[in-house]
Amino acid sequence: MSPRIKKLRKVLNPPPVNGFKPYGSRNSNSNPEPVMFLYEEYEALRLCDYDMLNHHGASEAMAVSRPTFTRIYSSARRKLATAFVEGRQILIEGGKVYFDSDWYECKKCSCYFNNPEKEKSAEKCPLCGSDNVNGFEPPDEPHQL
Amino acid sequence: MKVAITSTGNLPGSLIDPRFGRCAWFIIYDTESKSTEFIPNPYKDSDEDAGPDSIKLLESRNISKIISGEFGYKVKPVLDKLKIQMIVIKYSNRKIFEIIDLLNH
Repeated sequence: MSPRIKKLRKVLNPPPVNGFKPYGSRNSNSNPEPVMFLYEEYEALRLCDYDMLNHHGASEAMAVSRPTFTRIYSSARRKLATAFVEGRQILIEGGKVYFDSDWYECKKCSCYFNNPEKEKSAEKCPLCGSDNVNGFEPPDEPHQL
Repeated sequence: MKVAITSTGNLPGSLIDPRFGRCAWFIIYDTESKSTEFIPNPYKDSDEDAGPDSIKLLESRNISKIISGEFGYKVKPVLDKLKIQMIVIKYSNRKIFEIIDLLNH
């Protein structure tokens, strides 16, 4: 029986770097095998330990259930610990994710727009300049890859 | 800042085209110089990948916003990555000059 298909996890932005390399190794035969860190694990770590969200809030931000989030997060910490203790390289790549930005609705000119500057929230309508904008949840599901 | 609007015709009185990739014309409006440029869409009748091809065309002209009626599923992630803002106008009875007036708020 094939395992249940994983749901797509929402990630705000890709990480700023593709990975990390150790330096100043104490053993001559340093372990060349890198640790594969997934995009969703990076996002889980960012939400929990950088943005200081709790698991419930972070799971909503990634559009997964709370238990699933906790599993992703614990896997992220185990991989980080492995890399630190064994002095291994970390590669951040792959994972079942999609990148998304938030959508808004303008009440004045009744248009919808997204916000490419994801860190800041949009306050003005880019079309008519009105500040009467609301957050908008698109009804259609993200396209399944 | 340059804004692209999808249009059904090449006149300021033309209606907005509700489709992005297969619209008839792209109108590029420069909010600083107030100039408009009309480009016929070469991918109007393309069978596949009209959206991604149109993005390549618009990207070469440094567009920062696109106004259209609908964006397809192939288009949204690409525009997200390029940090181009999408503006969706649901009512397609808007004319191009009305939208340009709105942009000059």
